[in-house]
Order: sequence, then C-alpha cells, then structure tokens
Amino acid sequence: MNERRAAWLFTLPALVVIGLFFFVPVLAAFVLSLTDFDLYALADLGNLRFVGLGNYIDVLRAPLFWKSLGNTLYFVGVGVPLSIAASLGAALLLDSRLARWKGVFRTALFAPVVTTVVAVAVIWRYLLHTRYGLINYLLAKAGIAPIDWLGDPHWSMPAIILFAVWKNFGYNMVILLAALQAVPAELREAARIDGANALQQFRHVTLPLLRPALLLVAIITVAGYFQLFAEPYVMTRGDPLQSTVSVLYYMYEEGFEWWSLGRATAIAFLLFALILVVTRVLVRIGKRGGYA
Amino acid sequence: MSRRWPAFAINGALAGLAVVALFPLLWMLSVSFMQHGEASTYPPPLLPSRPTLANYRELFERAGMGRHLLNSAIVATLTTLVSLAFNLAAGYAFAKLRYAGRERVFQALLGALLIPAQVGMIPLFLIMKWLGLVNSYGGVVVPALASVFGIYLVRQYARSIPDDLLEAARIDGAGELRIFASIVLPLLKPIVVTLAIFTFLASWNDFMWPLIVLGDQAWQTAPVALAALSREHVQDNELMMAGSVVTLVPVLALFFVLQRHYIEGLLLGSVKG
Repeated sequence: MNERRAAWLFTLPALVVIGLFFFVPVLAAFVLSLTDFDLYALADLGNLRFVGLGNYIDVLRAPLFWKSLGNTLYFVGVGVPLSIAASLGAALLLDSRLARWKGVFRTALFAPVVTTVVAVAVIWRYLLHTRYGLINYLLAKAGIAPIDWLGDPHWSMPAIILFAVWKNFGYNMVILLAALQAVPAELREAARIDGANALQQFRHVTLPLLRPALLLVAIITVAGYFQLFAEPYVMTRGDPLQSTVSVLYYMYEEGFEWWSLGRATAIAFLLFALILVVTRVLVRIGKRGGYA
Repeated sequence: MSRRWPAFAINGALAGLAVVALFPLLWMLSVSFMQHGEASTYPPPLLPSRPTLANYRELFERAGMGRHLLNSAIVATLTTLVSLAFNLAAGYAFAKLRYAGRERVFQALLGALLIPAQVGMIPLFLIMKWLGLVNSYGGVVVPALASVFGIYLVRQYARSIPDDLLEAARIDGAGELRIFASIVLPLLKPIVVTLAIFTFLASWNDFMWPLIVLGDQAWQTAPVALAALSREHVQDNELMMAGSVVTLVPVLALFFVLQRHYIEGLLLGSVKG
C-alpha cells in the first residue's frame, strides 16, 4: 500500500461521516427552507410544495421571530461583555505573582465549564427561587426586596445572563491566562521602571498584547451565545411573556412542536447569517484596532 | 504591612470567586440529601436536618434514572471509542501523508467549523428517520463518529512527528498500517487522552440533538430525562437536586482526574481560532 492509497484509507471513514451527517444536511437544509415541509409531507412526500422564499418572508413577518431576535441580541449584547470581563478579571488574579494555590483556584473556577447545562440550570432555578432561593436571601440581608427572577419579564433575561456568566467564564479565563503568561515579564518590568503604575502597565503593556486573545475569545463567545437554547428550555420555557424565547428556542418550537420543518430551517439559516455577519464585524474591528 | 495587603486582597478575591463557582454544586449535594419539602423553607437551609437517601431512591425507582444514566454512558462511550479511531486516522493523514488535494480537503473541513450545527439539524433528523435511527443509540452516536475539531486537534499534534522516522520505517519495509499502529499511535498518546476526555464530556453534556432525536423516554440520555423531569416536578427541589448530582458526578469526577489533559486540549484547539 503506497502513501497516497493509505492517506485516502485513513481519511475516508471520517470524511464519509462528516460528509453524510454534516455537509449533506447543511445543503439539504437550504433546499428544505424553500419548501413547506410539514407533518403532511412527513407522512407523504407527495404533499411537499416548493414555496421559494415564502418561509423567510413568513418568519420575517412573525412578531415572535423579532421578539426572539431581540431577546437573543440582549443575551449576546450584555452576556458576552460581562462574561469576558469576568474571565479577564479572574485570569488577571490568577496571573498575579502574589496569587497562591494557583492550580487549585484554576480548577475550582473552571469546574462550572465542564458541568452539564441542564443539571446546573436546575440548580440555578432553585437558587433564583423567589421565596426560598439563596440569592434573594442574600439580597434580603443587604436590605433589597425579593426579586421574582424567573417570573418577571424584566428580570428573566438578566437571571439567565447571570447563570451563563457563572457557567462559562472559566473557559475564556483559561485562554486569557495562557495569553497573559506569554506576556514577557521584562516588558512590564521596563514599564514599571519608567514609572508606570499597575493600571498604566495594564493599559499600555498588557492589554495591547492581549488583543489577539481577546478577539479570539470574543468570537468564540459571541458565536456560542447566539446558540442560546438549553437555559431557557429548562429555566423558563421561554416565559414569562416570551421574554426568554431565543431564536433557537423559536426554531425548536416551530420545528418539533409544530412540525413546520421548512420554516424552522429558514429560522436556522437566518441565525447562521446573523452569526456570520456579527463575527465578521468583530474581526474587522479587531484588525482595525490592531493598527491604530 | 503595606506589602502584605495586596497579596491578601488578591488571594481573598480568588477565594471569593472559588466559593461562587463551587457553592452551587456543594449546595446541590446538600439539598439532595434533605427530607421532602425541607428545601422549600425560609431561610434556605444549608445542611439537611436528617440526611436521607429517599430522593435518590425515588429518582431510580420511580423516575427510572438508572436507565437514563446507562443510556448516557453507552452513548458517550461508543461515541468516544469510534470517533477517536476515525479522528486519529484522519488527523494523522492530514498532517503526515502526502497526496494531491490534501490541503483543499482540509480547508473545506475547517470551513465547517463556521457553520452552527443547528443549521443542518432538521435535515439530519429526516435522514435519521429515514435510516430508522430515531429513538436509538445510533441516532446520537452515528452523526458524532467523526468531528472536524477532533481531526484538527490530532493534526496539530501529529505535525511534530519527524518525517525521517516514518521514512526510515518505510525503508525497512513497514506498511502504512503498521507504521500508524506501532510508531504513530504511541507518539500520539497524550492527544489521545485529551481528545477522549473532550469527546466523552461533550457527548455526555450534549442536549439539543439528543432532545430532538430521542423522543421516546426509554432511550433518553440523563440530561434529556432530567430536563423533562424538571419541567414536570418544578416544586420538588430535593428530587431535582438528586437528579443533578447523578448527572454531574461522572463528568466532574472525570474532569478532576484528567483536568490537565482537558485544559491542554482546550488551549491547543483554540490557538488558531
């Protein structure tokens, strides 16, 4: 067996799996989004009709789509900066020369990342309980009246954001910590000798060198947060007053509660387009800032 | 004094963060041993007054959690074992075996990383239905038998294998399969552990796709069953916490034992972006 034959043999199983169960479905999704595939078509393909851009027009006219889009943008717009800020703060603390038991702390802060979303969402639903929850208990100690976290449409999304920050900050923390450790100590030392205080060292030495890592982290987090689904599914079922229906939650309900599979696929494509545009813009901003 | 203070502040802040990160998990454990209704009192109790295993008994005897944990274990183990074989072979080939079109195929694969899995989810459901794999382990395992991320990770690592080593083996007359099995695999051992724990945890924690493809209760994995249970038993906090404990213990245990490999893999996988 020569090298070329071996190469194909070695790659074939993986390529077949990825081709059949990823690329084919993605291409099929585009076709599906142009049809009225529903429960009737599921029973008999003869009922399938081509509707052109009909699904996209329907979705763009549905008030719930815009509601879900607004909710998702709220989650991404507030959740991503808060998550990254928490990650950066934790990474800076761990990177400090004065920090002790670094390994232990890193493991503890990272633990929420590897947990199962559904299981920890169940815990947080209890922590956020209006009457018996620990969070309202602590707020009461500080003299703050109980908040109906998951029952008040103004607080439901902040509650989910709080949960997401807790669950995810450790991931970016590890990436940013690695980037911080790559910053040469001599650079900061030189700035210090030049009379820069800790804050100035951070702003003018550390932060610029951290830019590529921050951009990477921002892109990963934005793309991930746009795919919000399990949290509202478990914690709120999209309620109260549909304040936590995300785009994917809307897609899931259209597809697997109402079996409007054509329409649900159109929603998935709209979400994909949105993620592409937003991450492109981020890359642009990141690059432009880099030369400034 | 002025020198000690910053160290105290930094370590205090880290300890505070560690409490925030771990407290929900510890409290879950404590509540899972409480008497029925005990958690629904004010102020929230920290420790069970009379610890009981009743919640776990109910979870396994009435809610059939044993079956769901077994489903999760089977699905995650099968996915890990087979995808490891496929990803290792492909990752090594993309790194070390020369053939025309290799770079183009690999670039196309990387392009897949830009597309969220949900885009193809509905056609994938129809394909699985057509193959008769809905409501079976196959429905979850088969689409996960290879992953672009896994191939990428192996390729990054395998590039450091010296070509001379492979050439020497070829000159000695070793076949490509023998070279892979007896020279390459031992060198890839660290990445095998990393990829195995990554795949196992991702498979165990996966939610949306199993929710879609495993509608029949008998086949549901632990997270899917727990979500269904939590939507029914909104008030039964002690039972729900026990359900979370049994779902989380396997992944947390695995992470604490193999965390170095997990974090290394995370860093290796995100360097390129």
